[in-house]
Amino acid sequence: MSRLPVKKTYKLYIGGAFPRSESGRTYEAEGQNVAHASRKDARDAVRAARAAQPGWAAATAYNRGQVLYRLAEMVEARVPEFAELCSGRDEVERAIDRIVWYAGWADKLPQVLGGANPVAGPYFNFTIPEPTGVVAVLAPDEPPLLGLVTRLLPPLVGGNAVVAVASETRPLAAVELAEAVATSDVPGGVVNLLTGFRGELGPILASHMDVNALDVCGSDGERPELERLAADNVNRIVHGRADTQSPWEIASFLELKTVWHPIGR
Amino acid sequence: MTELDRKQQHAPAPKDWTYAPAPESRDILRIRESYGHFVGGAWLDAGETYTTISPSSEERLAEVAQGSDADVDAAVAAARDAFANGWSALAGSERAKYLFRIARILQERAREFAVLESLNGGKPIKESRDVDLPLAAAHFFYYAGWADKLEYAFPNRRPQPVGVAGQIIPWNFPLLMLAWKIAPALACGNTVVLKPAETTPLTALLFCDVLRQAELPPGVVNVVTGDGRTGAALVEHDGVDKIAFTGSTEVGKAIQRQLAGTGKKLTLELGGKAANIVFDDSALDQAVEGIVNGIYFNQGHVCCAGSRLFVQESIAEPLVEKLKRRLTTLRVGDPLDKNTDVGAINSAMQLEKIEALVQSGVDEGAEIYQPPCRLPEKGYWFAPTVFTNVAQSYRIAQEEIFGPVLSVLTFRTPDEAVEKANNTPYGLSAGVWTEKGSRILWMAERLRAGVVWANTFNRFDPTSPFGGYKESGFGREGGRHGLEPYLRFDE
Repeated sequence: MSRLPVKKTYKLYIGGAFPRSESGRTYEAEGQNVAHASRKDARDAVRAARAAQPGWAAATAYNRGQVLYRLAEMVEARVPEFAELCSGRDEVERAIDRIVWYAGWADKLPQVLGGANPVAGPYFNFTIPEPTGVVAVLAPDEPPLLGLVTRLLPPLVGGNAVVAVASETRPLAAVELAEAVATSDVPGGVVNLLTGFRGELGPILASHMDVNALDVCGSDGERPELERLAADNVNRIVHGRADTQSPWEIASFLELKTVWHPIGR
Repeated sequence: MTELDRKQQHAPAPKDWTYAPAPESRDILRIRESYGHFVGGAWLDAGETYTTISPSSEERLAEVAQGSDADVDAAVAAARDAFANGWSALAGSERAKYLFRIARILQERAREFAVLESLNGGKPIKESRDVDLPLAAAHFFYYAGWADKLEYAFPNRRPQPVGVAGQIIPWNFPLLMLAWKIAPALACGNTVVLKPAETTPLTALLFCDVLRQAELPPGVVNVVTGDGRTGAALVEHDGVDKIAFTGSTEVGKAIQRQLAGTGKKLTLELGGKAANIVFDDSALDQAVEGIVNGIYFNQGHVCCAGSRLFVQESIAEPLVEKLKRRLTTLRVGDPLDKNTDVGAINSAMQLEKIEALVQSGVDEGAEIYQPPCRLPEKGYWFAPTVFTNVAQSYRIAQEEIFGPVLSVLTFRTPDEAVEKANNTPYGLSAGVWTEKGSRILWMAERLRAGVVWANTFNRFDPTSPFGGYKESGFGREGGRHGLEPYLRFDE
């Protein structure tokens, strides 16, 4: 007699924990009941992100790089599971390689994006990149795993905390990724993952006054409305692409700080 | 307290020093009776006009055109034509030479521009002569050099010009803001439609004569004057690929909303409410100079002005005493007088706004101090003002006043200073005063602001990126980073 498998409950990932939606709602996607996040879930996620962000930004760049590399290790350990939830093994391997690529950027950004400025006066003047804060990401539908990884890693490696809304139609890879994040030493709250309806969650995150940047990659017809809402607190709007990697992707979630100090005897 | 401090404390403030008037001559200026728009290298006749005045005397200076939708349309068309037919295809090294020419001509005609800037805007000639003009020329010189080196600034990104840039600038540094906008735009191969501020159009219009002398091809730079309606028409125009705006956060948000979903590039340099933080180990006299420079420079019409002074509790009393004494020596008056430290408020509207906010400070319970000074009878004036006994919740501690008004607050620990300094939706600039190096860097790391001045304040340089965090805007002006808003990348 064959054994009856224990099936997974697909839940949200907020503040390092896996709660159901506080609304008690689910919806069916890819043949599973998936948490249908509410306005309150989204706000809880932003609060968790805000609380976790300073600690993540204060970690040394070397440490952030290692933690993200650890994330790649955790995904590598689940290649067959991930392969079933996206286009296949090739997509999983590309996603892993992309995580490793971004992990290596953590301790190189200031040297590429910042620098010393030769001002005309007796001052030492330098510019360094810093995280913008809390970033909301609307993940693309395709590719389900690589697309999410592509949009998640750039804000993360720069020291931001992220609230990501998974693809509405292909959310299972995102939930699986949350489980890899949870076992990878990424501090709780630095990555938060919501499943549910993008049409509901997008405007809530775009208009949230404690969100600093919005990646509208996964949005479609609602993009003008999201951008309008995001103007209420001068959000940084990022038009991310679903499959790309570059340090400039990281830069779009960074602020530049310039410091002046006099030089004298 | 040292012996010297004790002596100084009881020394009478030198109120009775008198200066002979030392006005800069206006003979160098030839202001025209009226100005149209500068479009396609020629002057477009004005339809509707308004009068631009000198805020220090309310003297009428010239009639200026109020740009209509059709004027904006013509300017954008001229810019598009210049972009498509020559400018964008011109070798970077040739674009550079035009910009170098502009820098040189600005240096040659610096005095003329400085006098006009002070006359039309009300800022002291000392500042327009020693800050605005040298920096404006330096900005063109700096970006000139980038024009043929863009691929080194952005390796592997194949930088391309964006197209037509619509640029809207404020009235506090009219020519300098023009330089901050036009120099990087042109260096990157774009063409420009610039709208100067309603109250201070004259140096931008005089700048068109510099363009003539530099033989810049027609249509590369177009200037359309007018009020907010003209700016809105420029923002909305389909032919504009990029908007750069410097001004209030309120208008910035409206522009961001207007551009939502259009895909137009946008940079915003908006308001601020900078914290200037003084620790008990700082060089107090230097700090006092920095505080004065931070808030009374350009009558406080500075988006990055150090309008919130945070003083460590243990030195609050002596520092405020020193500051008040220093205020009595500030000379408020004729902007064209070379001894003037604080000039005229830029407009009647701005004066009204300052007066209303100052009244709110008094009403909410703050203690006001203004040094004895005689303000001219005509024109718009406001005495340098210090508020003590200010709570963080007061409007004068929260809202941008954009005038010579300082709010003094106190703190005990570095953590408290950071907490209070960051407790604002703005994030443009901040100042730190301490002799302890490690604390400077610790503070600089934690202050959520785009520019941090340590043991100095209000320093600017074309090589130094400037711009805000949070609701102070996004994008940087100055430095290599200042090129990016004017480029697209074929990655």
